Amino acid sequence: MAELFQALDQFPVTLKHWLMSHASGVLPEWALPLVSAALSISPILAVFPLMFALTTVIERKGLGRIQNRIGPNRVGIPLTDIRLYGFGQFIADGIKSLIKEDVVPRAADKVVHFLAPIALLIPVLLTYSVLPFGKNMVPLDLPQTGLLFFFAVGASTELSVFMAGWSSRNKYSLLGAMRAIAQMVSYEIPLILSSLTVVMIAGTLSLTAIVESQSGVHFGFLHNWHLFTPWGFVGFCLFLTAAAAEANRTPFDLPEAESEIIAGYFTEYSGFKFAIFFLAEYLGLFAMCGLGITLFLGGWLPPFSFLGFIPSWCWFLGKLSALIVLFIWLRGTLPRLRTDQLMGFAWKFLLPMTLINLVVAAVWHLLGGSLPPVLRWAFCFGMLAVPYWLLGRGFEAKFTKREYRFAN
Amino acid sequence: MTLPFAIIAGLTVGSAIAAMSLRNMVHCALSLVLTFAGLAGLYLQLNAEFVGFTQILVYVGAVSILIVFAILLTRSTEPKDEPSTVTPWVGISVAVGAFLTMALAVLASPVGKRAAAPMGEVSVRTLGQKLMTDYVLPLEVMALLLTAAMLGAVIIAMREKEGK
Repeated sequence: MAELFQALDQFPVTLKHWLMSHASGVLPEWALPLVSAALSISPILAVFPLMFALTTVIERKGLGRIQNRIGPNRVGIPLTDIRLYGFGQFIADGIKSLIKEDVVPRAADKVVHFLAPIALLIPVLLTYSVLPFGKNMVPLDLPQTGLLFFFAVGASTELSVFMAGWSSRNKYSLLGAMRAIAQMVSYEIPLILSSLTVVMIAGTLSLTAIVESQSGVHFGFLHNWHLFTPWGFVGFCLFLTAAAAEANRTPFDLPEAESEIIAGYFTEYSGFKFAIFFLAEYLGLFAMCGLGITLFLGGWLPPFSFLGFIPSWCWFLGKLSALIVLFIWLRGTLPRLRTDQLMGFAWKFLLPMTLINLVVAAVWHLLGGSLPPVLRWAFCFGMLAVPYWLLGRGFEAKFTKREYRFAN
Repeated sequence: MTLPFAIIAGLTVGSAIAAMSLRNMVHCALSLVLTFAGLAGLYLQLNAEFVGFTQILVYVGAVSILIVFAILLTRSTEPKDEPSTVTPWVGISVAVGAFLTMALAVLASPVGKRAAAPMGEVSVRTLGQKLMTDYVLPLEVMALLLTAAMLGAVIIAMREKEGK
């Protein structure tokens, strides 16, 4: 039984080795690295876009339920009565966007307009190459710079947003692009600073090594996830907030606020180019969630050590699905922020909290042997809870008076 | 010269030329970003992973945004219809002359004849430790400079607001 689960766990790796050992006899020497890379890439290209397709349906159904509607439940298998609870919807949507007319404005900068969606999708797909999806399952293991690669490649998406907004020659597009860039630049700082705590404690930038650093066990059954420390808990909350803003998710979806600026930087995109923007946005969100899982939620490790028989990639995909559902829930619940509130939140709340969190992570590390665990936990948590209250409520009540400019 | 080096070098030089010669400012900026990315590729080819990815993070991610914002906020991006009045030949001859002088100087210098230093395992950890021990003074000076620049920018922005 244990061997069966072991085989299931390593199934993608053994399959790749088997295919490679057969290919090495047939193919020339120079083609082997290319085939190996293609074999590592193809599961990513198959799994995550499919997950995006299913997420669009689940999101519409979930939002429908939250708003007391039913959501899509019609499309099933054509020419039959089988409805599949509406889960055929994404195939119909995909066909629709493929055969739609591609409208490019006459004044648009044609080349840049064409390149923008491609320049957005490629970096987003590249970020997946360093995420460890399971035990021994990382397409590109960078032992020195894994996390840096993720952020470096992720940062280059900002330029594609600018390219899309500027080349459309549309005021709404340019406004949306400006908003998006300002937001992404501001929220990138808390995003990186909140992940730095994990780098400080684990002492490495390699994402595989960060997962392995969480493999210790508390009380004989509970895995040593970074989420279970005070700095890890706060860091994860800060990370998720910043990740939602980076991925333009509600409540931070001002760049594409339909009511004010139509759809922001991709107003002038239609047909399949629009679908690529849609895909890149969701894939970016999944990659951020995957990074959050790797840094704070133990990557492919199970929460309890006695559940270790379930294949590691199931844990990763399960945690990813849970986070996606959380984001759908947030989208259905929270209203959109105002632009100045958005910026104020990033610079006046998130940034100081991440800086304090860095100090707390250092204190946590230095108190390692000298305090009993409960006291150490309470002390570090207090160091975070007091500034949280002061930044969130205390200072505001003391130093600022709330003005109702438009109501008076 | 290997094929990857030739591709990266060609891309870098070609996009640098495009950044100088295109008429539309935003196109120039975008080509310049391609040059930055090509330089990062060269660093990666030299096994300097950390420097290469930092180059992408800082230049492609941040400096490029700064450049396009500066262009959009200061001037019109529409290229003027009038033909360029300056002939390029003077500039090209000066550039070729400067390049030849530098190339000859580099080739003649004794640096190239020195034996290469033994390749140590340069990790991010070593880089960090060097920055915090041997090179802590330059690091602090740079931090002070950047802080001063940031404060200056904030003050300039505040004055503008009061004036309105």
